[in-house]
Amino acid sequence: MLTLTCPYCGVSGEETEFHAGGEAHLKRFGPGSSDEDFEGYLFVRENQKGVHFERWRHVYGCGKWFLAARDTVSLEVYGTYPAQTTEPPQAIKDAITAKQPGWSWRDFK
Amino acid sequence: MKRYSVFAVAREALRHHTGWERAWRSPEPKKKYDAIIVGAGGHGLATAYYLGVNHGIRNVAILEKGWLGGGNTGRNTTIIRSNYLQDPSAAIYEKARSLYETMSQDLNMNVMFSPRGLIMLAQTHHEVRGYQRTAHANSLQGVETQFISREKVKELVPIINLDGPRYPVLGGLLQKRGGTARHDAVAWGYARACSAMGMDVIQKCEVTGVRTQGGKVVGVSTNKGDIDCDKLGMVVAGHTSVLAEMAGFRLPIESVALQALVSEPIKPCMDVVVMANTVHGYMSQSDKGEMVIGGGTDGFNNYTQRGSFHHIEETVRALNETFPMISRLKMLRQWGGIVDMTGDRSPILSKTPVDGIFVNCGWGTGGFKAIPGSGWAMAELMAKGHSPLTEEFNMYRFREGKFIDESVAAGVAH
Repeated sequence: MLTLTCPYCGVSGEETEFHAGGEAHLKRFGPGSSDEDFEGYLFVRENQKGVHFERWRHVYGCGKWFLAARDTVSLEVYGTYPAQTTEPPQAIKDAITAKQPGWSWRDFK
Repeated sequence: MKRYSVFAVAREALRHHTGWERAWRSPEPKKKYDAIIVGAGGHGLATAYYLGVNHGIRNVAILEKGWLGGGNTGRNTTIIRSNYLQDPSAAIYEKARSLYETMSQDLNMNVMFSPRGLIMLAQTHHEVRGYQRTAHANSLQGVETQFISREKVKELVPIINLDGPRYPVLGGLLQKRGGTARHDAVAWGYARACSAMGMDVIQKCEVTGVRTQGGKVVGVSTNKGDIDCDKLGMVVAGHTSVLAEMAGFRLPIESVALQALVSEPIKPCMDVVVMANTVHGYMSQSDKGEMVIGGGTDGFNNYTQRGSFHHIEETVRALNETFPMISRLKMLRQWGGIVDMTGDRSPILSKTPVDGIFVNCGWGTGGFKAIPGSGWAMAELMAKGHSPLTEEFNMYRFREGKFIDESVAAGVAH
């Protein structure tokens, strides 16, 4: 079972207390962007077997959105962090590197 | 290949079953093939089969990293139906359903196709309107379905509770020619037929890289060495994104776990397939007597092939409401498979940015029913470069906004 810790209220709970919100750190492309960028923003998703960064919402708790680094094979959560960031914190990147040397996800590594 | 028949059974019975031959060969890979199919599940094997039968391309290898039919082909709930709303979907699923009718004869393998009928319950007024619309669409598409009353539902499914605690049954969409088949036999039958045509089904052969030259595919790298090919078909369901990345392109796909479970065997009590989409659970009874139950998908990307407890609880709760008599059944087995979900919940059968590479993926939560139609269409696409059945399912439809929106018709909460 997947267990997450909300970075805002500090409460740990299993997955039914949260709601998954898809890929994290998406860059928004709106009207005026190229078809390819718009398609990428709307539909094309990272779907790695391994490290993944994604959005979660603490629906049955404080209600806030946050981000998580998770492994899609082992379901291990490397860390959670506030949503107001454009890049995962170094501590979380280090935690991933300790388990999965040489990992990369989009431009992060 | 020795044919299976009643005479073969009688002959072998008299000599202690010593004369059965292996159903398919297990060869080492050759240097080069005309076409390589990655993934020896139902869709991959069906693609290879129709490449040989319909298009005469028989220098084909089917590579499988695990064992034959060990992925989603062996992990589904074996339901076959074609009551889809959109024209392109109805066309390919109905093609598949019709091919299932003669599959046992075509493959000389008993796939136990059982067109026992399938009912999708309408439990809200919205659903009633939706299914009436589907029934009308189906009659225009030449797919035989009908909207039936709640009394008729009770007549067909005596064990059902029409007035459950949450949602009453208001009617249902019946497809009389829908049903189930033996999923393993489908994979085995295709593998045996492919092998008999001289194709190589190579198990425990994992593709580790895709080799291209000047934008064209030249072969794959595997744990059994490099193998060259002119055309490459990727038919790997939940692992499509992984393989596409090796070839250098991306797809609008996310992989999630979908799970199912079966009960202990009981006496025959339900001879149709029932899907209750509002409360979300579906159930049929296997020939062994087990109640086969389909659950929901996990809401986040994962490759775990195991599912999660709370989805079992939700599914079983929904079915308890609908079929109170199953409340004391013990569950025997539970399992999960990795399904490939697209944005519009419709599959992708398409050419790709790499010349010579074709993908067949995105069947999501409902691929088993489509196996023969998918193979038929994919083979035509690979052989000729186009197929009327796959045209609308190309991977570029998302850019163009030409979705084939089956989110509702797929019958599973997403």
